[in-house]
Amino acid sequence: MFRRFDKDDTPLEFFFEGRRVTARLGDTVAAALLAGGAGPFRLTPASRAPRAPYCLMGLCFDCLVEIDGVANRQACMVPVASGMRVRRQPGPPSVA
Amino acid sequence: MSGACLLAEHGAQILVLDEQPAPGGQIYRAVERVATQGRTALDRLGGEYAAGVALAARFRASGCAYWPGSTVWQVTPERSVWVSRNGRSVHLRADVILLATGAMERPVPVPGWTLPGVMTVGAVQILLKSAALLPSVPFVLAGSGPLPLLVAQQCLAAGARPAAFLDTGSPSNMFAAMRHLPGALGLPARRMLAKGLALRAALRRSGVRVFRNVRDMRIEGDHAAEAIRFRSGRAEHRVEAQLVALHDGVIPSQQITRLVGCAHVWDARQRCFRPQLDDWGNSSVEGVMVAGDAAGIGGAASAALAGRLAAFEALRLLGRIDAAQRDKWAAADRRAMRAERAVRPLLERMFPPRPEILCPADDVVVCRCEEVTAGALRQAVAQGCQGPNQAKSFLRCGMGPCQGRLCGPVVTEVIAAARGQTIEETGYFRIRPPLKPVTLGEIALLET
Ligand SMILES: Cc1cc2nc3c(=O)[nH]c(=O)nc-3n(C[C@H](O)[C@H](O)[C@H](O)COP(=O)(O)OP(=O)(O)OC[C@H]3O[C@@H](n4cnc5c(N)ncnc54)[C@H](O)[C@@H]3O)c2cc1C
Ligand code: FES
Repeated sequence: MFRRFDKDDTPLEFFFEGRRVTARLGDTVAAALLAGGAGPFRLTPASRAPRAPYCLMGLCFDCLVEIDGVANRQACMVPVASGMRVRRQPGPPSVA
Repeated sequence: MSGACLLAEHGAQILVLDEQPAPGGQIYRAVERVATQGRTALDRLGGEYAAGVALAARFRASGCAYWPGSTVWQVTPERSVWVSRNGRSVHLRADVILLATGAMERPVPVPGWTLPGVMTVGAVQILLKSAALLPSVPFVLAGSGPLPLLVAQQCLAAGARPAAFLDTGSPSNMFAAMRHLPGALGLPARRMLAKGLALRAALRRSGVRVFRNVRDMRIEGDHAAEAIRFRSGRAEHRVEAQLVALHDGVIPSQQITRLVGCAHVWDARQRCFRPQLDDWGNSSVEGVMVAGDAAGIGGAASAALAGRLAAFEALRLLGRIDAAQRDKWAAADRRAMRAERAVRPLLERMFPPRPEILCPADDVVVCRCEEVTAGALRQAVAQGCQGPNQAKSFLRCGMGPCQGRLCGPVVTEVIAAARGQTIEETGYFRIRPPLKPVTLGEIALLET
């Protein structure tokens, strides 16, 4: 859904659903996934509706993913790191 | 940042906590990184953005302690602060706390706004500033006020052309606002109006399709956004877009000021709650101050001034200067603040939020987390639900992971209208810690 408009000097790789994705140093996980064409980030607990980032500033929680085994991480707030394993969240119970 | 610089430069012991990985806040987000890519990269984002370079440098040189990547998740009236950083939580105590958590974009609940591919205009800008990302699919910017125009310009400068620009402002508001022109015509106001006109002219020149007086937006798509349908003038239109960016002004982020227990007042002109403050930014809770857009929307220049005014007062609270000294040092900033403030009534009248998003139709989802519609909320009111906090037990509304950040303002409006009450009578969600989810392990490991 998004493309880079300048040259990328520090690429790194991580995994989304087991698939290799290229990102760059300084990206949040959400930015990297949007650039990598990830599709939905999670499904809602109530109706399993697909969701993807809405605000990208930590408010809406529609970017929740599982990162390195930890659920409910805000992809828009977590910097991506080389080798990170990110998974979609299939509608977990609410955290509040 | 401005307040912190001043405090550090006067020798106060200060710690700045920010969730972002680098200095800049919203307006100057990622400014240091963009600056390393040279002048063109900065210029693409506009002249105001470049002003952040000097501020960030001053902040770095000020000598204040700075913890980037730190999320504050609890603040008590006794001025205890809990902050999560690198997966660990730390407990701190302070003599004075200055909350400067900024603004959020007003939620825009329209049919289809929960579909993947629907974002805020600010979100598109965040990708542009911090990740050099541009839309690569047909996209639409929809909204009113300065931000959509600015982001349209930033996209065009970087090489992406919106399929359409949907101006949701209403011409009658523009005319009504003109009555406030005389009062507003100081230098800041003239600068602001000139900037707005220049952005509009640039958009016209670009040849992007612009629809005016847009109403009844509806985003279509089964699993993701595919198109947006709307009315403009008398005609109905449909524009294909896999990315739809919405905006309807900004409101103070009230999560943290509510959490501490600061008293809030309803600002009828800005149509939002804001913390009740004195002229220096002191809230109703002793030693807890608020500055910037979190205190009420004033824009970047006034946020910097408010930060400085609060810093002078903090020096007094800390016993470093007396009131006379504070007043003397603050006099120039106070005058500048008055000039900045004069322009707000004009802006507020030009771009009031649209009624259809304040109080959306029955089928529109209000609480994104728990998927509660405005209709369900009205039904709950009919069954005896008396306010936002009861709506939680009726519908789980506001109890999902976002803790009511996105539904709170709408829930209050919908319940107030349904019960025939004022907004003040209706009130707002009670906010409880933690502000952001922290794992039990993190709490167990708490370093104090
Ligand atoms: C999405 C968006 C985009 C905007 N873009 C522009 C623009 O391009 N040009 C313009 O003139 N104005 C813009 N504005 C308005 C502009 O943000 C404000 O006028 C200005 O930034 C206000 O400054 P501030 O210091 O009050 O808050 P901000 O600059 O918003 O800074 C608030 C800071 O608080 C941090 N924070 C919030 N909660 C926590 C917490 N719990 N723990 C730790 N840190 C926290 C945030 O990470 C942020 O860095 C934008 C507003 C928004 C919401
Ligand atoms: S996209 Fe909204 S919280 Fe991450």
